[in-house]
Amino acid sequence: MRALDQKLLRDLMRLRGVVLAIALVLVGGISTFIMSLSTYDSLVLTQAKYYRDHRFAQVFVSLKRAPESLQRRFLDIRGVDKVETRVVAAVNLDIPGFADPVSGQLVSVPDRGEPLFNALYLRRGRMVDPARDDEVVISESFANAHQFRLGDALSVTVNGRRKAVTIVGIVLSPEYIYEIQPGAVFPDYQRFGILWMARAPLAAAYDMEGAFNDVALSLTADANHDDVIDRLDEFLRPYGGRGAYGRQDQLSHKFLAEEFGQLETMATVFPVIFLGVAAFLLNVVIGRLINTEREQIAILKAFGYRNGEIGWHYTKFSLMIVAIGLAGGVVVGIFLGKGMSAVYQDFYRFPFLEYELKMSVVVNAALVAVAAGLAGTLTSVARAVQLPPAEGMRPETPTEFRATLVERAGLQRWFAQPTRMIMRHIERRPLRALLTVLGIASACGVIMVSNFQEDAIHHMIDVQYGMSSREDLSVSFVGPTSARALQSLKGVAGVAHVEGFRSVPVRLHFEHRSFRTALQGVESDGELHRILDKDLRRIKLPAAGVVMTDYLAKILGMKAGDWVTVEVLEDSQPVLRATGFARPKTFQFADVLAGSQPALRLPLVATTKQYLGVSAYLRRNVLNRLLEEGDVINGAYISTDSRYQSKVYSRLKDMPRVSGTVIREAAIAQFNQTMEQTILFFTMVTASLGAVIAFGVVYNSARIALSERGRELASLRVLGFTVGEIAYILLGELALLTLMALPIGFMFGRALCAYLVSQFESDLYRIPLILEPDAYSFATMVILTSAIISGYLVWRRLRCLDLIAVLKMRE
Amino acid sequence: MSTTGANGVVFQTRGLTKVYDMGEVQVHALRGVDIDLYGGELLVLLGPSGSGKSTLLNILGGLDTASAGQVIYRGRELTTASDSELTEYRRHHVGFVFQFYNLIPSLTARENVAAVTEIARSAMAPADALTLVGLSERVDHFPAQLSGGEQQRVAIARAIAKQPSVLLCDEPTGALDSTTGIVVLEVLERINRDLGTTTALITHNADIAAMADRVVRLADGRIVDVHRNVEKKPARELRW
Ligand SMILES: Nc1ncnc2c1ncn2[C@@H]1O[C@H](COP(=O)(O)OP(=O)(O)OP(=O)(O)O)[C@@H](O)[C@H]1O
Ligand SMILES: [Mg+2]
Repeated sequence: MRALDQKLLRDLMRLRGVVLAIALVLVGGISTFIMSLSTYDSLVLTQAKYYRDHRFAQVFVSLKRAPESLQRRFLDIRGVDKVETRVVAAVNLDIPGFADPVSGQLVSVPDRGEPLFNALYLRRGRMVDPARDDEVVISESFANAHQFRLGDALSVTVNGRRKAVTIVGIVLSPEYIYEIQPGAVFPDYQRFGILWMARAPLAAAYDMEGAFNDVALSLTADANHDDVIDRLDEFLRPYGGRGAYGRQDQLSHKFLAEEFGQLETMATVFPVIFLGVAAFLLNVVIGRLINTEREQIAILKAFGYRNGEIGWHYTKFSLMIVAIGLAGGVVVGIFLGKGMSAVYQDFYRFPFLEYELKMSVVVNAALVAVAAGLAGTLTSVARAVQLPPAEGMRPETPTEFRATLVERAGLQRWFAQPTRMIMRHIERRPLRALLTVLGIASACGVIMVSNFQEDAIHHMIDVQYGMSSREDLSVSFVGPTSARALQSLKGVAGVAHVEGFRSVPVRLHFEHRSFRTALQGVESDGELHRILDKDLRRIKLPAAGVVMTDYLAKILGMKAGDWVTVEVLEDSQPVLRATGFARPKTFQFADVLAGSQPALRLPLVATTKQYLGVSAYLRRNVLNRLLEEGDVINGAYISTDSRYQSKVYSRLKDMPRVSGTVIREAAIAQFNQTMEQTILFFTMVTASLGAVIAFGVVYNSARIALSERGRELASLRVLGFTVGEIAYILLGELALLTLMALPIGFMFGRALCAYLVSQFESDLYRIPLILEPDAYSFATMVILTSAIISGYLVWRRLRCLDLIAVLKMRE
Repeated sequence: MSTTGANGVVFQTRGLTKVYDMGEVQVHALRGVDIDLYGGELLVLLGPSGSGKSTLLNILGGLDTASAGQVIYRGRELTTASDSELTEYRRHHVGFVFQFYNLIPSLTARENVAAVTEIARSAMAPADALTLVGLSERVDHFPAQLSGGEQQRVAIARAIAKQPSVLLCDEPTGALDSTTGIVVLEVLERINRDLGTTTALITHNADIAAMADRVVRLADGRIVDVHRNVEKKPARELRW
């Protein structure tokens, strides 16, 4: 080995504490990078493979009813490749020993052969026997939630008729990776399940013999997605088509896409912080190393080492640290990536997981790490290279000190000599002090992110369920029903308050943008379901127009006063489809109500703050008039007397027209539980990474300070100062910087959270920027703990400071 | 290669001037030095502190550049050489020995020598160079494990291992007691004699001048006296 490389290795060994601290920060950056990207790649790959192997359809549409003979005619629609019709029924379930109402979706599987689309993955048991009308297979999440075993019996209410069925298999479906009840915001695996039954018996039970009400399609390679959807809508209009949609609007797929997008954001934000801090640490350490080795550099130059050779030597030093960090980061990253992928696999119930670490991810990690390493090193190395050989032999001229601001302000008599030394040091190297502060602040920010999600989600739930959706449960009816049904609901013992609503699936258009959602007709002064403004104050629904979730208005690019075009996607209703979306010149709400407008257009009156989902609200009586129907509802919000809750549930189960029930408390509990698993992992990872940064920065600063000031401190010891007193001079400076870093860290953390919030915005949910005091105190605690630990490590060194050696040393 | 037998002029300086510009004040370290160094000769530079000895030696060795005047090394102008030409010059022609040894503390004696031989064209093996200075037993010791005299001998081994044509020593015995100093001087004397390396040696100690071929005295940046020793005294017989 070359002598200089030997020196390199020995220097690395000698400075191992510092080297490890920097490497650790690098490990943090590289591992989050690898973790997030490999998890992302693995999930995308797994999803793609799952979709391919199980033939996930490309376009979906449900309708009221169409004869089976129509199936062949789909193929005449330009762009449609293959088609499969199905029967899908909303059902109520009765589970022995479980009092709460449970609803489900019963989906047909072909009587013969494999389904063309959305093939099931059989986990346990077998598929249904088409000859039997009492067999179902059920989704695994549902099975797990109730600990169902093969052979267990359920009773299913289809179309108001009860039917006993037996579970013969437990399956997964690419269509329901994310399993959620229509209208609900969170998955609730106990109260909503997907079941599959053979087509013939299901059709018989659902009055769909020789007919279908759901279609899955694939497109030809050259098909224009949007055109096909338009043609399909046209084609299915006579059959009560509810609007075709592609994968990007398919709920399960959409949720996955959101989630994957977040992972990608994570894969950039955190590594950037870590690598930035690592670059700064390298800069300080290499800078210090080069300072102490001025003479050696001069000697090497005197003997004819070229600038490039010397520069390369010190560059190698930092690259070695980068290499250690990279190796550790890749190993930890793979470990965390596998862990995180497993968490997600479990969460999404992928039948398998293809863990994939792309070579390009590792290469990118390496490039980024090397870039950070070089960025941190180059200025110092350039300084080393420029050092004239004769110059290096002379000791560095004593640094100029000056009276600090405090002293110039005449305040020095308030401070003891050691305190003045601290202040002078900070003022002497303001840039380094600043960078140290920023390093600690970024650690603080990262830790705040770890805690923020939990606070934000609690707030989200408080607002959603405490202020807006205050009902204990909501029921939906199998179809539009006379508002008189409310009377029978009110009559149920234990029901305290009932409010009917009319919800209709729509596609909203504004300019060239459109969005599929539900138009909710609610009571204008509803007690249970309240509309909130941006300051979370309750607002009364106006008579003339719609109120939209602020996020929906943003998606559509609308502001109050704009007119939205509404395309109603409900069977049996005259579909008010707009021909041209240009805004009419004179347009009065009265005209809309009078039905003298060709397309249904409504003015946007106000926006409402909502963190979950997106919807558009208007008064129910207005919606009824627009739909040219009577006093009609298709669901109700109910508040109950908690003592009678189970009685209410069992009465609801017996009501034939009630097709689905969402129980608020159960939904919250379920949500908390699901979030907790993923968030806990995230919080742990982020908080420990933040701690690593804090430790890295404080420890390094302390070590560097010790190396720079060892002589000075030893001299003080010789003069009779105690270890405690010199520790105060050294560590007091760091304590001061750490304390200064906290408020900056708070601001940084807030900004970081704000950035993440903006990145994580989706139509499923918007996380509010809420930071409770505990987020601040937690970050403070972690930072102080890391600072104290690194302080302790340095203090141990101070205690055994070799006075003689330090004084003999030639600086 | 060594310059045995080559008694031509190795260095020639004419009107060599060095001014350090310190802002308000200008320090005249050299005020027109004219001197010739001959192949294989051992030259001792004497002079009070601040007289410009180190400055002269550094310029000769290509560590520093002159403000005015000329330095010619074997017919090549050093004064107009670029930074990288000076580096190549030092790499292949010059060996330095400094007062404070300036060994690399994290390298052993052998490695300290190897650091220089690795980049030289026709170097001797580091162990051989250490044997020349009488340290064959201590090759694997770190500087901290060696006495000052031993460290200085390692520094000499390092300087001569690449067989430079000139050896420039700035107070090589300055930090040593007389006995150890003499051991070091004996080594320099032997290198000069056996390898024929042109050697310039700075010292504050007039007694050392007795071992030189020529003695040059500097004062206030000028040469004040050049004296040729008719009879060189072996380093072994020096006393101070
Ligand atoms: N880098 C520099 N900047 C400014 N002045 C310098 C510098 N180097 C040397 N000098 C000045 O130049 C003059 C000559 O210095 P030089 O080091 O050559 O003296 P010297 O004869 O070697 O002295 P000593 O015996 O003390 O080593 C001195 O006055 C010194 O202060
Ligand atoms: Mg000198």
